[in-house]
Amino acid sequence: MAKYLLLKHYRGAPASVNPEPMDQWTPEEISAHVQYMNDLAARLEKTGEFVDSQALAPEGTFVRYDGAGRPPVTDGPFAETKDVIAGWMVIDVDSYERALAVAGELSAAPGAGGKPIHEWLELRPFLGDHSATAE
Amino acid sequence: MDEAVLRSRTPEVLGVLVHRGADFAAAEDAVQEALVEALRVWPSAPPRDPKAWLVTVAWRKFLDATRADAARRRREELVDEEPAPGPAAVVDDSLQLYFLCAHPSLTPSSAVALTLRAVGGLTTRQIAEAYLVPEATMAQRISRAKRTVSGVRFEQPGDVATVLRVLYLVFNEGYSGDVDLAAEAIRLTWQLAAVSDHPEVAGLLALMLVHHARRAARTAADGSLVPLAEQDRSRWDTALIAEGVEILQAALARDRLGEFQAQAAIAALHADAPTAGETDWVQIVEWYDELVALTDSPVVRLNRAVAVGEADGPRAGLAALAEVDASLPRHTAVSAYLHERDGEVVVAARLYAEAARKAPNLPERDHLLRQAARLNHAVD
Repeated sequence: MAKYLLLKHYRGAPASVNPEPMDQWTPEEISAHVQYMNDLAARLEKTGEFVDSQALAPEGTFVRYDGAGRPPVTDGPFAETKDVIAGWMVIDVDSYERALAVAGELSAAPGAGGKPIHEWLELRPFLGDHSATAE
Repeated sequence: MDEAVLRSRTPEVLGVLVHRGADFAAAEDAVQEALVEALRVWPSAPPRDPKAWLVTVAWRKFLDATRADAARRRREELVDEEPAPGPAAVVDDSLQLYFLCAHPSLTPSSAVALTLRAVGGLTTRQIAEAYLVPEATMAQRISRAKRTVSGVRFEQPGDVATVLRVLYLVFNEGYSGDVDLAAEAIRLTWQLAAVSDHPEVAGLLALMLVHHARRAARTAADGSLVPLAEQDRSRWDTALIAEGVEILQAALARDRLGEFQAQAAIAALHADAPTAGETDWVQIVEWYDELVALTDSPVVRLNRAVAVGEADGPRAGLAALAEVDASLPRHTAVSAYLHERDGEVVVAARLYAEAARKAPNLPERDHLLRQAARLNHAVD
């Protein structure tokens, strides 16, 4: 078993096929989207492959050490152009192929017009004691 | 053996041990061991007097631990010289324990953890699960909290407001893991109400009961938020509401108004309306005026603006909102709502989308996003 992080990006990732912003969808389309993600998480829980899933607020702050006795330096939040992580899902699966399949399924969540949004997800293997890539 | 019933004994037993001179951290460990022992032994051999049994066993565990520590020999001798008195003045001891666990020297998160552990009798694992942190992390937080209050004298009178704040924090955490923190907060507040005579304790209890009564109606099957006005009122627990209102009325009759009684009065007025349209907003605004006078909190002013909007129309609500700090969480959401009621749909849709980006949690974000989507499609 190997753990993978599926990263969702607000911005910074290549544009999805169905990129209309969520506040332009119908309320029903939003519900269908949320339902799809919940169902997927529930299915992965049943197969014992679900680890964790969290959403992040869109704006964060950069923080840096600024020398002894001085308060940390902060910068941001930055507008628009930077890459922003929207949230993640962690799965624990048997193979890289399975991780790809789950990521594909997550990316197919329905959006405007009920069509899949084809969102680009970043798939990152966890570093662990043993190889986290395909056997 | 009902674990919750057993847990409810914790503050009395712990109070007795500390009253007899045991230091807080050691007494707390001893009581936890006694509770575990009780869970093991009681099903086959229930004691005649559960409290006396727990005190005896916990005291023995404490003495064993103390004896095992050679460096504490002097205290052991002291303890042996003075045979323990019976469990007297239990009521006062429990109350002191609440004050100790909510001591102002503790951070709010530490005070909450210590209260759940020492007064609530929850295990470290249960508390860690409820707060979704590793057990080792929670164990550290609790032992740090114990160290912080170890030098605090037990006799010192505490500030009941601090205790109530901690209990309200617990209540608002909702639940995850195998412990329902809202129910736990209510249980602890009932216990506190039994040993203290303060109208604000009753006020908080009433507030929790009335909020809790709406719980089933507050989220839809898919986990999404259902706003107060749209809740199915037949799903409210009317018996619980009646209980809360009765407690509140008794507290208000004592004429020592505080912020929890005022908040409970507002919650009770909402709970009292057969439909959302029949809500007595005029009286609610009056209670908000009381609350502003008592707390002068910006959040209260924000909520008051919503109530003014309902009582006197959206323009009046927006005027009240203009006097509230715009950087407050939910300020944008309230502004969106009032603009929509004023017929400014395009502005409202933009504000809802902005509020969604600032939302503090997922159900709220999705709710605000749906509002924006609904308006954007009404315009199209």
